[in-house]
Amino acid sequence: MELTARAEDVRAKVDGGARLDRADGHWLLAEAPLLELGSLAQAARFARIPERRVTFVIDSNPNYTNVCITDCQFCAFYRRPGDPEAYTLTVDEVLAKIESAASRGATTVLLQGGHNPALPLEYYLSLVRETRRRFPEVTPHFFTASEIQTMATVSRLHVGQVLDRLYQAGQRTLPGGGAEILSTRVRTRIAPKKGGPAAWLDVHREAHRRGFKSTATMMYGHVEQVDDVLDHWEAVRTLQDEHRGFTAFVPWSFKPGHTLLEKWIKHYQGPNAYLRMLAAARLYLDNVDHIQASWFSEGKRVGQIALHFGADDWGGTLFEENVHKAAAYVNTIGVEEMIALIRDTGFTPAQRTTEYELLKTY
Amino acid sequence: MHVSDPRLKRVWDRAEAGERLSREDGLLLFETQDLLGVGRMANALKARREGDRVYFVMNRHITPTNLCVLSCRFCDFARKKGQTGAYEHTIEDMVAMVKPDCREVHIVGGHHPDWPFEYYERIIGAIHAAHPQVQIKAFTAAEIDYFWRRWKIEPKESLARLQAAGLQSMPGGGAEIFSARLARLLHYTGKADPDRWCEIHGIAHALGIKTNATMLYGHVETMAERVDHLVRVREQQDRSGGFLTFIPLAYQVGTTKLVPRLTPPTDSLRTIAAARLLLDNFPHIEAYWVVLGEETTSIALHFGADDVNGTLEDERIQHMAGADTPAGVAREQLFRMIRDAGKIPVERDALYNVVRVWN
Repeated sequence: MELTARAEDVRAKVDGGARLDRADGHWLLAEAPLLELGSLAQAARFARIPERRVTFVIDSNPNYTNVCITDCQFCAFYRRPGDPEAYTLTVDEVLAKIESAASRGATTVLLQGGHNPALPLEYYLSLVRETRRRFPEVTPHFFTASEIQTMATVSRLHVGQVLDRLYQAGQRTLPGGGAEILSTRVRTRIAPKKGGPAAWLDVHREAHRRGFKSTATMMYGHVEQVDDVLDHWEAVRTLQDEHRGFTAFVPWSFKPGHTLLEKWIKHYQGPNAYLRMLAAARLYLDNVDHIQASWFSEGKRVGQIALHFGADDWGGTLFEENVHKAAAYVNTIGVEEMIALIRDTGFTPAQRTTEYELLKTY
Repeated sequence: MHVSDPRLKRVWDRAEAGERLSREDGLLLFETQDLLGVGRMANALKARREGDRVYFVMNRHITPTNLCVLSCRFCDFARKKGQTGAYEHTIEDMVAMVKPDCREVHIVGGHHPDWPFEYYERIIGAIHAAHPQVQIKAFTAAEIDYFWRRWKIEPKESLARLQAAGLQSMPGGGAEIFSARLARLLHYTGKADPDRWCEIHGIAHALGIKTNATMLYGHVETMAERVDHLVRVREQQDRSGGFLTFIPLAYQVGTTKLVPRLTPPTDSLRTIAAARLLLDNFPHIEAYWVVLGEETTSIALHFGADDVNGTLEDERIQHMAGADTPAGVAREQLFRMIRDAGKIPVERDALYNVVRVWN
């Protein structure tokens, strides 16, 4: 089999633990034969996590509000304030959802919502405090970067001060949503009111400084080009060098259903693009321990195949999920099926916490 | 080639040199944890034959009846007379099913208790008369064998008569999996056994009728039984040379539930790749989107497959067994499966003549 000099070069870097540069990244994303890329990614995955283990978390993703003033073009979930379909849950209503998740064995609740300027900081703080008090077995994995910024705006505090208050209330991890693609060009186009890449990165930097852990996500398959993805990965890798605060990288494909972008983009990017993205991320993000594949975002079968393309985690059970659902994309799973499907692919399933500590190996 | 399982290196050295792989090699392909290693080897052989080309056909499935004298335990399609859902198409209905853009008609049905052989001849004759430009691929070796069991018409005669009526090629079904153990366990002893199945394909090949071969996997068979199956069709191809395509058929669980769920996509990718590596005398290996799903089919184009079958329009046998794919797809969906994988769609007819390269 003929392999290009670039492939040999990347193979040597991966074997030697050397960092890949931007030209390598271009090759991974634009040129590498898919299975060559996958096999390089598996080598990097087993170098980092030698066990044939794939982790998952029992979790739920409720949403406290769909009210949002940010008008992102890729979002089918939000409603403007005053819209007949707009809703905002009370603290007690959110806690009822967390109780329901806890009763089904959830150890993580990933709570996020729109940017609702009517909500005071105390609302968010009490969600964290009450969750910690009433459901000690549940980790409050609450609020993405742009929600933290909304809290800072409504409370006239700095982001760091908001994070301090959340930390005092008991929060230790942040979900990585809202990164989209960390490139000025892309964010200006699809999420102009959300701020440039720094808006997301600054919150995560401040969080990591304070001892929070977070994830880094990426939503691709809309207007980005290879260089935008590499900008994203450079930013994540550089920040990770500072504090090692990212537990995992989680990519998913943009789902166009019912969004403003649907006019131009009819289909989500297929499984080949997903496997390429995962495998390339495993190789490029050499300082992030876990790469999460999803049974949810690309379907169970593609999720299973992804475990051979550099991923070592299969995400959560997502007892409740509303954001993809709003884009007419629905998928569900139970814990038993999760375990069975991981095992079917030749890996050992293991339940983990929000922070990727092992709880139980099956 | 860098492979994480060093045992694959020896297999690749031989495959790369054009040497035939052994049964032991075959078992290794099914056992190794290096799924992508197997896939890369298969992909290299596929690329050597076909480059980035992937074939598809504008076709129509016609299943004349689901009445069947057999009771195979893996089958959700067959019905007995008077049972709910039983149907028998008329010849007029079947002729009307064929549309102008169709290149291939695929006809496979149950082993009907009383339709005379002449009825099958008339099906072929009527479709051929109405649509002379359409190639007719009809009747599995199991059905040809049934014509002998039921009406004592030798395969050589039935095939020659069907050929005279307009039949041009034969599908590869009815092979199930070549194993006396499984034939007893899954109640298909009343069907052409492996020797008979191979014999009938040999007769067809001698008459100039090209055929396909299938394997039903992902139920209760062992990996050794899969390898045996592959080796037997390879031996038959050595003898008669008329196979065009090998089509692995993932068992659909439906209501027969021999296993709890569809075999994982990783197993299907491996099976396709192993077939490409072992069947060194088969021109084509198919990723059949109906049983795999569109996503796995697209990925399989990196694992040695060079064909996705076709538009089908009204697939019934797998769908009555619970396949979660649509019963047919538009050409654009086939394009998406092929192009998403970075491959070039090549429209073919039943005999793999190129109709058009869709660059």
